[in-house]
Amino acid sequence: MEKWYLMTVVVLIGLTVRWTVSLNSYSGAGKPPMFGDYEAQRHWQEITFNLPVKQWYFNSSDNNLQYWGLDYPPPTAYHSLLCAYVAKFINPDWIALHTSRGYESQAHKLFMRTTVLIADLLIYIPAVVLYCCCLKEISTKKKIANALCILLYPGLILIDYGHFQYNSVSLGFALWGVLGISCDCDLLGSLAFCLAINYKQMELYHALPFFCFLLGKCFKKGLKGKGFVLLVKLACIVVASFVLCWLPFFTEREQTLQVLRRLFPVDRGLFEDKVANIWCSFNVFLKIKDILPRHIQLIMSFCFTFLSLLPACIKLILQPSSKGFKFTLVSCALSFFLFSFQVHEKSILLVSLPVCLVLSEIPFMSTWFLLVSTFSMLPLLLKDELLMPSVVTTMAFFIACVTSFSIFEKTSEEELQLKSFSISVRKYLPCFTFLSRIIQYLFLISVITMVLLTLMTVTLGPPQKLPDLFSVLVCFVSCLNFLFFLVYFNIIIVWDSKSGRNQKKIS
Amino acid sequence: MAALTIATGTGNWFSALALGVTLLKCLLIPTYHSTDFEVHRNWLAITHSLPISQWYYEATSEWTLDYPPFFAWFEYILSHVAKYFDQEMLNVHNLNYSSSRTLLFQRFSVIFMDVLFVYAVRECCKCIDGKKVGKELTEKPKFILSVLLLWNFGLLIVDHIHFQYNGFLFGLMLLSIARLFQKRHMEGAFLFAVLLHFKHIYLYVAPAYGVYLLRSYCFTANKPDGSIRWKSFSFVRLISLGLVVFLVSALSLGPFLALNQLPQVFSRLFPFKRGLCHAYWAPNFWALYNALDKVLSVIGPRGFLRCLTLCALSSFMFGWHVHEKAILLAILPMSLLSVGKAGDASIFLILTTTGHYSLFPLLFTAPELPIKILLMLLFTIYSISSLKTLFRRSFTLVAQAGVQWHDLS
Repeated sequence: MEKWYLMTVVVLIGLTVRWTVSLNSYSGAGKPPMFGDYEAQRHWQEITFNLPVKQWYFNSSDNNLQYWGLDYPPPTAYHSLLCAYVAKFINPDWIALHTSRGYESQAHKLFMRTTVLIADLLIYIPAVVLYCCCLKEISTKKKIANALCILLYPGLILIDYGHFQYNSVSLGFALWGVLGISCDCDLLGSLAFCLAINYKQMELYHALPFFCFLLGKCFKKGLKGKGFVLLVKLACIVVASFVLCWLPFFTEREQTLQVLRRLFPVDRGLFEDKVANIWCSFNVFLKIKDILPRHIQLIMSFCFTFLSLLPACIKLILQPSSKGFKFTLVSCALSFFLFSFQVHEKSILLVSLPVCLVLSEIPFMSTWFLLVSTFSMLPLLLKDELLMPSVVTTMAFFIACVTSFSIFEKTSEEELQLKSFSISVRKYLPCFTFLSRIIQYLFLISVITMVLLTLMTVTLGPPQKLPDLFSVLVCFVSCLNFLFFLVYFNIIIVWDSKSGRNQKKIS
Repeated sequence: MAALTIATGTGNWFSALALGVTLLKCLLIPTYHSTDFEVHRNWLAITHSLPISQWYYEATSEWTLDYPPFFAWFEYILSHVAKYFDQEMLNVHNLNYSSSRTLLFQRFSVIFMDVLFVYAVRECCKCIDGKKVGKELTEKPKFILSVLLLWNFGLLIVDHIHFQYNGFLFGLMLLSIARLFQKRHMEGAFLFAVLLHFKHIYLYVAPAYGVYLLRSYCFTANKPDGSIRWKSFSFVRLISLGLVVFLVSALSLGPFLALNQLPQVFSRLFPFKRGLCHAYWAPNFWALYNALDKVLSVIGPRGFLRCLTLCALSSFMFGWHVHEKAILLAILPMSLLSVGKAGDASIFLILTTTGHYSLFPLLFTAPELPIKILLMLLFTIYSISSLKTLFRRSFTLVAQAGVQWHDLS
């Protein structure tokens, strides 16, 4: 494409921001005995390098599962093993069994940060660039601006390069999956998505939309002919990729079960710590976690989750389209985040990725959502001493979006894709003409609340009787925002069919 | 929403560029800093805790005050803000004190002072002739120049990592250049005089200023063919220029003259006066000769810029005790020339790429290695590609014009 150099500059800016954020502190820095996610990743390198595969997921004298036991699928373990080999080459002390517990040094930090950067550079960033280049009906300049905004999304940068995680790997694979499927390379797309799920089981939040879209495509092609063939091929790919990833663990039934037990800890309860979802917010008023028995909690969360995502998924099966697929990814992931079991605040990134993908279609709402998603992780970021990078990257992201998309000029009903919805409502309520205005005011209120809460959390200390006051407030406010977005995205998906004939065919 | 649009400067790409690079500078706060950090902390302490009579004599720390008085006053003003961050940094005996608040204050002071640099860049952009090269924003000379100056790699790593205050100083220089472009010669001369008393390294380019002001301001008219009309020499203008320089110098050095400390001040500014002075001034005479040689061809502000760059380069190549950072003295003015002509652009690209690369040894720590590589790549790729795009069209236009003319004939 022309202006390749601007795209290169954008990628370089993204990389620079990532690396400068990585100079800051990480999760659990200097906090024995448990430390944090950084130590967890180092520990997994230690375990996978020193112990045989059979012992990775089991409790033993060498592998204390209470101290950061492996709780991601096997490919994460393989990745840790690969990193461990490099670590052994540089400094074996970093992964020595038992003695390297809590190891912290400048050189080690540099090594760990580099592993994140390399994974990002190989998987996530190329996917973003390719995705933006493949966007249709957009000028080159807008594609580049789109890439800049996605690469500057603060949430992912702060969690991966600040807190320390490898979300860019699973999200990157998921993005390759979206790319493949949107461009009709269904087999490759499915393979990529299977890799994503097998890297982090949280990607299952995205599984239903993938399934529904592919099923819808098969139906469209006719279940008696090409559709059936496609279905079989997809099934084979999925099974093959799972078998390949889990091969060492399929030899014994007990191995497989133990890994599943580690991946899905149903014993841990409806939620842990503060998270911006329904159950945690509801818990403020009514302590459902303590009142209801465990299995009732499970059933309740299951029901709410599936009820909220059903409309979008059914629509996707019946009318598969790339646009519908992306929006369904958003609403599905958001439903899971709000209503599911054992959700962590970082899981909001699973919603943020699809929202990044629709940035060019609804810039105003997407920017708003992405700001809220970063804000919802504020308590975590403050704990990791990432206040300065959080504020700076959020401002940079905001400025990039405002300059690239002129978001404040795109708040009309049509721009927000609410036109068909408003028309339907106006049949019953002729005076319903102020939707756009309401949304603008809500945005203002939301931003002001977020800024105020951030200032209060940083400057004031919480009252003694309510030590978690600010964290709970942040979660509560974010949850309200997310509920609003859930309704909004579902409206777009459901009402999209009404004017399906009039819309241009976006394949 | 209109108010919010204006507030966030949506339509203004310049604000976006300036804000963007400012945020990048904030991200560079936790990076490695050199001994220059301690130098400036020490000067904050000296100017805050000691009376003026002691400023150029204080030697508790090895980093004695060796910049002209205006800079000392600048540190003095800063110190009054510093005391709200961390009182301890203002203690002269707290050598190598670098608490997190000290770091924050110092870094923010550099970032804040860059406001002057941003303003100067804006003024320079106004002076650039906006020829109709292309409607595309990213191909406009103003846009390219803004990026080349605001996002200059050398300034970023020297000021915001290594730690120095070159931003606002170059802002003063660029502002004085802009004023000369705008034919506001007195202001330009005044700003340069002030600059000299902030950091005397700019003496390297003083001959360029001297010759240009003489040529373009003191001689009020040209002959039709462009050469000097000797009779149009205006003594009044010469004297007013001299007065400006004199008054600024008096303001700066006056207090020290009254305290009979001028020799001490000069010995700090020009260390090893006897041995170095000969060699220190030599390149300036060389540059002066060079400039004088071109005095008849110094037509207009562009010629002045060329002269200035030449002075800076020759002093860099042959000067004594030259820091590698002095290459910025040549690169920044050259940026203004680069968006004007294709030939200047090529020279600029060679100069800037090698010059910036020569700054690499400044940052030798491992965590900063990716930063300097990424930023260098960013700036180099952008400058080469954007200038190539800018002048590709003019080459095409020239070629087309040539074809048409050929057809006509």
